[in-house]
Amino acid sequence: MLVPPYVLAWLVAGAEVTIKMTLMSAGLGFPLGIVAGIARLSRWRLVRLVTGVYVQIFRGTSLLMQLFYFYFVFPFLGLKFDATVIGVVALGLCLGAYASEVVRGAILSVDPGQRDAAIALNMKSWTAMRWVILPQAFVAMLPPFGNQVIEQLKATSLLSLITISELAFAGKKLLQTYGQLSSIYFLVLVMYFVMNMPLSLFSRWLERRLSKGLHLGRVE
Amino acid sequence: MIFDIHYMIEIAPRLLAASVVTVEATVGGIVVAIIVGLLLAIARLSPIRPLRLAAGAYVEFVRMTPFLVQLFFLYFILPLYGVTFGPFETGIVALGLNYSAYIAEVYRAGIQGVPRGQWEAANALNLSPARTWISIILPQAIPPVIPALGNYLVVMFKDTPILSTIGIMELLGRALQEANMTYRFFEPLTIVMLVFLALSYPSSIFVDTLERWFKRK
Amino acid sequence: MRFDDTPAVKLQGVCKSFGSTKVLDNVNLVVREGQKLAIIGPSGSGKTTLLRLLMTLERPESGTIEIEGELLGVRSVRGRPVRDSDAHLRKVRSMIGMVFQQFNLFPHMTAIANIMVGPLHVLGMPRTEARQSALELLDKVGLSDKADAYPRELSGGQQQRVAIARALAMHPKIMLFDEITSALDPELIGEVLKVVRDLSRETNITMLIVTHEMSWARDVSDRVIFMDHGAIEEDASPDVIFTNPTSERTRAFLSAILER
Repeated sequence: MLVPPYVLAWLVAGAEVTIKMTLMSAGLGFPLGIVAGIARLSRWRLVRLVTGVYVQIFRGTSLLMQLFYFYFVFPFLGLKFDATVIGVVALGLCLGAYASEVVRGAILSVDPGQRDAAIALNMKSWTAMRWVILPQAFVAMLPPFGNQVIEQLKATSLLSLITISELAFAGKKLLQTYGQLSSIYFLVLVMYFVMNMPLSLFSRWLERRLSKGLHLGRVE
Repeated sequence: MIFDIHYMIEIAPRLLAASVVTVEATVGGIVVAIIVGLLLAIARLSPIRPLRLAAGAYVEFVRMTPFLVQLFFLYFILPLYGVTFGPFETGIVALGLNYSAYIAEVYRAGIQGVPRGQWEAANALNLSPARTWISIILPQAIPPVIPALGNYLVVMFKDTPILSTIGIMELLGRALQEANMTYRFFEPLTIVMLVFLALSYPSSIFVDTLERWFKRK
Repeated sequence: MRFDDTPAVKLQGVCKSFGSTKVLDNVNLVVREGQKLAIIGPSGSGKTTLLRLLMTLERPESGTIEIEGELLGVRSVRGRPVRDSDAHLRKVRSMIGMVFQQFNLFPHMTAIANIMVGPLHVLGMPRTEARQSALELLDKVGLSDKADAYPRELSGGQQQRVAIARALAMHPKIMLFDEITSALDPELIGEVLKVVRDLSRETNITMLIVTHEMSWARDVSDRVIFMDHGAIEEDASPDVIFTNPTSERTRAFLSAILER
């Protein structure tokens, strides 16, 4: 399984784009998820409803379909965007929907007594959220967020279908140009594995640290 | 015009027919996944070290690589080894093998949830490993994880459009085919979205109900 | 317009159910300013719910609650009751503080930060002033040396004392104590009871105390009510209730409790 240097260079360039797209879409998706997660618990029914619809649509449909929707339909509506922008936006919105469920669950898992104490101190909703609830919920959010970064990195492979030259696209191009099928594709798989490995290890380390060290939540 | 509702109604039957392919692929995939997943889970808990490590490595590798790339990989290498599957069969195998890694973890959680005492009792009664698994452990391990399995069924359903990349004419593939003929994308893709929503919303409620029902047992 | 005899707390016809269980049944109660009221009774009698309604942690199904003459959670618009605005609710609520059975300290903040968070972010006090005031309160409850300790580093009794200081930092006119020693180990109860007793002697804060500590209740309060099945069964001075209660049920409850 000899791999010529130019093949490797091409794949590494693709991997760089993969990482870039992962970071950018995560940079959109996680903050969006936090906002949406809080919004789903809002006092105002309209806010809950609108956010609920957003979450239902992006969690209930296929990511690939969402990607194509943005890619093909936007030009019709007069919105002419670069493929990269579309990719980041689509992946970001999808991540935001999944992340919002994690955030919502984390907020609900905080001891209800904390909410009682915040009300007893006459805190406004947002004050309680900012100083009491969110800091405690945050710890519960980190391990699932870690997993979602891994999923996001894998999801960037779909961007190859809208002509973004990330790793999967690079692999496909090489196949078309040079043949030598299985070894190239296996190398692509290995590269994804190598990129995800540190994330996975870090996520698991984080989970262990959090369940052991920081006793945030219940007061003993 | 931007959106032609008449066109949408016209193509709807054709696209809905393609949904059948989606369902077939999902069913095929889940069947492969739950069988292979179970074998993997048992292998992961096996006393035979090479088996345990091999299964573990497989699960890790599959979970950390994208399905699209796995699909293409199988599509290209299987023929090299003389396996002449059509795209549809390849798709089912790819789905099944991918999800088996996740489902193996689900089984593992269920199996580890069976109290230690059950294993010891089976041992005391001198039951063979096979009998222990089939009659004692699995009947207790599987019911609690059925909601999780149901959840993966829904997730797999949402992954089937990826199969269109190797030519399987499931819902999204058919929709794009239609769109490429008429250059109208909005209507076909909207149908795809509506079909997915129509199927995923009740399914998630169904899975929630399953979860509550099993919690009570 | 306020007259001197506006009651601190007034409940009229208050009812509350959880599901099919009626927890408070047509409760009427008037508490004068500065009064120290002990509330005793078996579990499930509605004592905690009563306090939670006053603290706006629950809403009554029917009836009205007045705090210092102001309707709680309800506004009168042209003579008809209407759901209260946020601003008005918080204005009324600012007069009440509560100490909980489970302490409910914020685990991600030190003791002094717990006490400061209300004055800083709700009262808008400047940081130095809030810190100074918090240190004084810590001193008052006997925990000056524990200012920078986290709740998990403190004993139950210490945590509860911090919780009392935290509630006092908001300068409430009315303090609610919900079985504040029930979750404590026996040897830690005394230090908490002492703090509250000193509080009752030194301030004019209206206090409503739900407790099972009978001798302390007798010592701290100037009025006792016995609740049973969601209603006030008996309402008298400590001497009367503890030595010669009129109601048969009060008698039965007290003898069962004091038997131990």
